[in-house]
Amino acid sequence: MIAFVIRRLLQSVLVMLTVAFVAFSLFNYVGDPIQAMVGQDVSLADRAQLRKQLGLEDPVIIRFARFVGNALEGNFGVSYRMQEPVGRLIRERLPASLELSFIAAAFALLAGVPMGVYSGLYPRRWLSRLFLSVSLVGAALPTFLIGILLIVFFAVLLPLLPSFGRGDVVKIGWWSTGLLTASGLKALIMPAITLGLFQVTLIMRLVRAEILEVMRTDYIKFARARGLTNRAVHYGHALKNTLVPVITITGLQLGQIIAFSIITETVFNWPGMGLLFVQSLQFADIPVMATYLVLIAFFIVVINLVADLLYFAVDPRLRSDVATKAH
Amino acid sequence: MAAVDHIADRFRRALDSDIYYSFRQSRLTMLSALVTLLFLAAAAFAPWIAPHNPFDLASLDLSNALKPPFWMEDGTLAFPFGSDDQGRDVFSTILFGARISLMVGLFSVVFALLLGVSLGLISGYVGGVVDSIIMRIADVQLSFPAILIALMIDGVVRGIVSGQEYERIAVFVLVVAIGLSFWVQYARTVRGSVLVERNKEYVQAARVVGLSPTLIMIRHVLPNVMGPVLVIATINLAIAIILEATLSFLGIGVPPTTPSLGTLINIGNNYLFSGQWWITLFPGLALAVLVLAVNLLGDWLRDALNPKLR
Amino acid sequence: MTDAGRAPLLQVKNLRVEFLTRRGPLVALDDVSFHIDAGEVLGVVGESGAGKSLTGAAIIGLLEPPGKITGGQILLEGRRIDNLPYDEMRKVRGRQIGAIFQDPLTSLNPLYRIGDQLVETICTHLPLSQSQARERAIGLLQEVGITAAAERIDQYPHQFSGGMRQRVVIALALCAEPRLIIADEPTTALDVSIQAQIITLLKRLCREHGTAVMLVTHDMGVIAETADRVAVMYAGRIAEIGPVQQVVKHALHPYTSGLMGAIPAIGGGVDRLTQIEGSMPRLTAIPRGCAFNPRCPKVFDRCRVERPDLHAAGATQVACWLYEAEPAVARG
Repeated sequence: MIAFVIRRLLQSVLVMLTVAFVAFSLFNYVGDPIQAMVGQDVSLADRAQLRKQLGLEDPVIIRFARFVGNALEGNFGVSYRMQEPVGRLIRERLPASLELSFIAAAFALLAGVPMGVYSGLYPRRWLSRLFLSVSLVGAALPTFLIGILLIVFFAVLLPLLPSFGRGDVVKIGWWSTGLLTASGLKALIMPAITLGLFQVTLIMRLVRAEILEVMRTDYIKFARARGLTNRAVHYGHALKNTLVPVITITGLQLGQIIAFSIITETVFNWPGMGLLFVQSLQFADIPVMATYLVLIAFFIVVINLVADLLYFAVDPRLRSDVATKAH
Repeated sequence: MAAVDHIADRFRRALDSDIYYSFRQSRLTMLSALVTLLFLAAAAFAPWIAPHNPFDLASLDLSNALKPPFWMEDGTLAFPFGSDDQGRDVFSTILFGARISLMVGLFSVVFALLLGVSLGLISGYVGGVVDSIIMRIADVQLSFPAILIALMIDGVVRGIVSGQEYERIAVFVLVVAIGLSFWVQYARTVRGSVLVERNKEYVQAARVVGLSPTLIMIRHVLPNVMGPVLVIATINLAIAIILEATLSFLGIGVPPTTPSLGTLINIGNNYLFSGQWWITLFPGLALAVLVLAVNLLGDWLRDALNPKLR
Repeated sequence: MTDAGRAPLLQVKNLRVEFLTRRGPLVALDDVSFHIDAGEVLGVVGESGAGKSLTGAAIIGLLEPPGKITGGQILLEGRRIDNLPYDEMRKVRGRQIGAIFQDPLTSLNPLYRIGDQLVETICTHLPLSQSQARERAIGLLQEVGITAAAERIDQYPHQFSGGMRQRVVIALALCAEPRLIIADEPTTALDVSIQAQIITLLKRLCREHGTAVMLVTHDMGVIAETADRVAVMYAGRIAEIGPVQQVVKHALHPYTSGLMGAIPAIGGGVDRLTQIEGSMPRLTAIPRGCAFNPRCPKVFDRCRVERPDLHAAGATQVACWLYEAEPAVARG
């Protein structure tokens, strides 16, 4: 098992380096950093001087190594658009995005899993059909449309919830949280639902499909043949086997959530990294774009790693060494 | 005569098949097929059906801006669903916008399909280092959300190319960007199929006889793989349409002079609180209905082609 | 030999099972009748698709839709069980009637220790505490021949070999002391060398616990070794049923004699194995009259028109017009 962990860690590092290289290439070959830093009237000679000073004439490997070194320290260069260090911009906005993502993920799980279990165990009941229909619609609507619809209902027609911003936040260390204030919580509701709704439908359908699959296995048939109660069969045997693949996939979905937060933050004017990223796209602000890419890659790689390890913890078949194999 | 009988027989068999049966059983599916076809037709014939051409900048008149739908006070039949802030007729823009959305959606799916199937074939048949590289890239890309990839590509092109240039090639960039985020599933499916077929004896036999094993293998792989590929394609179509709409909504999709459904919704977003709801609602409805219909079709196709569920 | 006064443990009367398809109902079991006495082993043989497994599924109440019992009765100790509500039937399963399926690998939940699976089953049916149930489980594992049972009880299914897993399955089926076990091809998925062990084990245990067995298989050798009586099924019907030695050595139904002739015998002086022409009809195309008539070497006109019921012919019953007890013709 240790071998597996080490292998996965190495894989992750490799992926990160690749992404870092892509980001590095973006930094250096897309657009001209010098151009963005200085105005039109700087002479060509001065520009060449600047290039040398900034080390832009050094070989690729050295520049890449420097890039990685800087990145590990949190130094990601300076935003073209806002003329501020990218690192600081991101750090300011990180709590907003992360909080939103986690609440949305929690919502997705808490709604999606029970709905999936129910419609998998009792597929013919009307409630199951209702869930399925809702999920179809939920999957078809683009995230931004859901957000706008929610705004129309709960902010325009019935002025109940705020349609932009985070509300009041409380600072704990360098983290700012909206969970401790009433306005902060109210502001979280619509964006979290918007962000999580797509996941709800996905999780629900996944769980349902898994349960339907599991219920047709021989061991469920045998469990019934032994006269086990429905409760034992459904929640003891079926559910446990269902959740194993669901865990991994749900974990991977967290990456999706973080990506879709871009859209949600735009619709609700949520001051997170996603909004920053969109603005950077509109202005071709390469440093911010590249940094965001690296950051997202990091999150996704970590999430994947954790999901894989979780798989190990849950499925005993993966844990057995060769030594204790069948005899 | 025999040929006609043959065709009639095949047609009759097709009507009797399980797939068609399940299609007709589900009214919903038939409805969604109808809706999709309607959209396709409307989009294809947009230049002839639409009362105005919203892409013709010269014909726009700001004095027509923000007119409400025709059944409301101040509305006219000239602008049946109202007009937006530039004086564009919402109904016409929906038609033209749907056209763009469908075009981008279809082309990006076709692009992804061609790219993915080819790479899958190559990867599976050639094997070795080429296979490893392609699969590694696929694995890494798979863990990234499609939207991110599309956004990055779009953003990068924006960085390289000037504003004017970009407007000209925007649709092309969109197709490539969205398509590039989808190719992996096709590649994997096809590769799996190739790996299965490659080891079969008829391939070795063909090699012995001197026939090209590649062509023979492709002939056997492609029919097997068409089913799953088709299902993937329909799912992707819906996602592609949503992706394009999202990118346009964010302002980094189609240029603002040729608005698609997403662009309209974005424009309308700014006017929600001031009461001009029609700019957002109608395009929103159109988008939702279109995607829903494509989704339902894809779902039905998946269930019909899945032997386990029959 | 059964006591004349004792009622049979299981009685199946005119059982009819249909599959409701969109093209109409397909009859999978047609007027199947037999009984099993307490403690006896009834073998059920036939080709794939003859309906053997379906019969077992119907008896234990696990028929999967679109299959449905549309006629007849199933009685356990005189009480009807084919029309019980789900929860009543659940109590019968495991406690009165147990089942063993073909593939021991997929019969056990891979995520649960076998001890947990045993204890769970025991506690569902018997009023024992967890520790009592565990003791009982260990005892059962020892009975089925698992060494170091006290340690292995905490292992997972994948840590057992195929033969060992089937022993665990047998333990699970027996742990609530059922009166009848339906064994559906219990050895087909195992190595030949293990098959004999498992069959011997099954036979011994059932004799010791007084459990009756309905042994479904296509392997006549196993039947000849293990069963007391045997039923031969064909196209959803019983062709012949009787004491095993009788049926094997003196097969009455032409299908049965065809089956017996197709088995190579060590020491027998046979040059060619008999082959039955054609194949068993599909459910959608069962012939009129006797289902076997297109393939029967002794067919005559009545066979093609009228379907024969089971007629007594000595100790066996056979569904064949050759043996109809006619008053005019005296048969021994």
